[in-house]
Amino acid sequence: MNPLYGFLVLGALLFTCGVVCMATKRNAIGVLIGVELVLNGANINFVAFSRYQPGFELEGMIFALFVIVMAAGEAAVALAIVLNFYNNHATVDVDSAEELKG
Amino acid sequence: MELQIYIFWVLAGLTGLCAIATVVTQNSVRSATWLLFTLAGTSAIFFLLGADLVGAIQLLVYVGGTMVLVVFGVMLTAQGPFINMKTSGAEWAISMFAGIALFSVLCFGTLAYNEAKPKAVDVAGGVAASVAAEAKLQPQNPSDSHNSVTIGQALMGSGLGPMHQRAGQVTATHYLLPFEIVSVHLLVVLIGAAYLARAKKRKGVAA
Amino acid sequence: MLDWLLDFLKEYGLLLLAVVAAGALIGFMLVNAIFSVWLERKVAGRIQDRLGPTRVGGKFGWLQTLADGMKLLVKEDSIPAAADQFLFRLGPYIALLGSFLAFLVLPFGNGVVAREMNIAVFFMLGVMSSEVFGIILIGYGSGSKWSLFGGMREAAQMVSYEIPMALCVLVPVIVAGSMNLGQIALMQQGIWKWFVFHDPFTFAAFWTYYTCAMASCKRAPFDLAEAESELVAGFHTEYSGFRWLVIFMAEYGSMFAVSGIAVIMFLGGWSTGVPWELTEVFEKNLGLGAMGIVIGNVINVLVFMIKGWLLVFVMMWVRWTLPRLRIDQVMMMCLKYLVPISCALLLGVAVWTLFVPGWVQPFVSAGIFGLCMLALLWLIFQMVTLAKKPPGAGMPGMWRTTGLPGYQGAAKQA
Repeated sequence: MNPLYGFLVLGALLFTCGVVCMATKRNAIGVLIGVELVLNGANINFVAFSRYQPGFELEGMIFALFVIVMAAGEAAVALAIVLNFYNNHATVDVDSAEELKG
Repeated sequence: MELQIYIFWVLAGLTGLCAIATVVTQNSVRSATWLLFTLAGTSAIFFLLGADLVGAIQLLVYVGGTMVLVVFGVMLTAQGPFINMKTSGAEWAISMFAGIALFSVLCFGTLAYNEAKPKAVDVAGGVAASVAAEAKLQPQNPSDSHNSVTIGQALMGSGLGPMHQRAGQVTATHYLLPFEIVSVHLLVVLIGAAYLARAKKRKGVAA
Repeated sequence: MLDWLLDFLKEYGLLLLAVVAAGALIGFMLVNAIFSVWLERKVAGRIQDRLGPTRVGGKFGWLQTLADGMKLLVKEDSIPAAADQFLFRLGPYIALLGSFLAFLVLPFGNGVVAREMNIAVFFMLGVMSSEVFGIILIGYGSGSKWSLFGGMREAAQMVSYEIPMALCVLVPVIVAGSMNLGQIALMQQGIWKWFVFHDPFTFAAFWTYYTCAMASCKRAPFDLAEAESELVAGFHTEYSGFRWLVIFMAEYGSMFAVSGIAVIMFLGGWSTGVPWELTEVFEKNLGLGAMGIVIGNVINVLVFMIKGWLLVFVMMWVRWTLPRLRIDQVMMMCLKYLVPISCALLLGVAVWTLFVPGWVQPFVSAGIFGLCMLALLWLIFQMVTLAKKPPGAGMPGMWRTTGLPGYQGAAKQA
């Protein structure tokens, strides 16, 4: 069996964990953790393809880099939003974020 | 080579377990800790794949930067000493079911990829290409890869980047435009996050 | 039997080598911690006009740390009731792992490295940045407000100081055109080729880097995380016994690691100052073959360690000389001064390597090297002459005690 599949299955597992994490955690930061997991699952796939798929050597790594950098930016903005939300509502429960105008 | 595969399975098992623990744990900071292990495991897998630069960036940006941010967020928004996030049993059951379904779909998709491949090659034309592709499926020796240099050149858009043969023409691909977009994006994120998170006077409180 | 062993070695030899390398590095970290703690106590003692440890192990109390370690190992290992058990136990090991992984790619000599890596500097910065997570866990998991304050301060400080530190490391990387620590060190054989003398920007980058390194190792004057006058003992207030030992191993390990980066990036790595690489000299010129490589590398490793420990010593010297800053001063120093300075240095060195013609370079290096040597001579002269003067004479504003009864130099002067 091609070792690539091992990596793909691991990526799928991380992706699934991330999705479940986003769905079950009601804490905004828990949701953020889930997003990070999803992005990591995708990254594993990218890098695994860059190693095992001809013609994708460079692309995979560069996309993974972009994903990592974007994830950092996304985390910063998400945390800023969470902090702002906490300042206004004194909670980080995503279920209580139901009004559009804060 | 076999050793690498064993190492992969050990790493993959640990990373997967940590990922599951991230989801199952109720305490925020513990969950973040498990996430840290997952990220570290991922970067170890990147090193195993010979992508040293990506692995190191994963460590530097995720573990050193993002995770610290997340834990900061937990601490700044915690009301008790060790906050817990309770999730009801029914919710667990539904999400477990959905998760297992999603995972199995993804796994089947992954394994089906194997069967779909020859067709794709046929469309591209030529058995020779598929033979070449099979030959290249063997992993290269990570020690003689010059990933960081190639990646850097590709990002900088210098002509020395990787050569690709497309439609009979040798062209150098580069990613200068996405790179610049990402930089501008990061600048925007920096300013936006600082604007959002800065201490504001609450509404209704007299200045 | 032998066949089986050979097969086993062929298959798993790499694994065995890895285990041996990791064991050697752990051993080095232990020895480094033991030596550094002893050195710290001696230095502190000497600077504060006392002797430091003198008894254990005959002369100079050189076994003091070992005795302390024994004491710590048999100490009661208490975990506060309010602590998060899991995080409390885990934290020190994450911190230790962060500083241990940095040693994986740090070359001690020509080829004496656990894993040669193309992007070694970057890897070191990356893993050392993960050390901060351990500290946060220690602070948070202890369930005590002193620890939490210490952990938060530490996190804020380390995350901020990483930026100028990485930018300063990039300055010699631009000069060398490589991130491979081994190659960078090989480029600097001969004292005038050391990157610290390369141009004004690298010279300034060295000092900036060293300041940031001190701060990112949470050493005084930046040791706000464990400011004992305000936070009891900061993030490790609740720790005792073996885990406390582990925290200190991590701290001294990362001190040596950042010093090691400074030595390789700026101070010529294992270069003794002569323009020849010792392993090559022993191997080819003296015709010793493989034995020559070993001999040369033993000297190289010794030189490298001495240089590294010299920088560690300077950190201790600074710690026991300067008063602690306030936390806002620490953050302001990083964000308002060190970040812009390091950005300017990065820009400057890029412009320098692009536009300064090749024939100017040796003169600039020689000039900076000469000026540094002159400054060193002046310093030595000052130290020698000051030692002969009565205490306090060289310090402006010092209370003049000359002539008062009980003044020790009085008899000599009269």
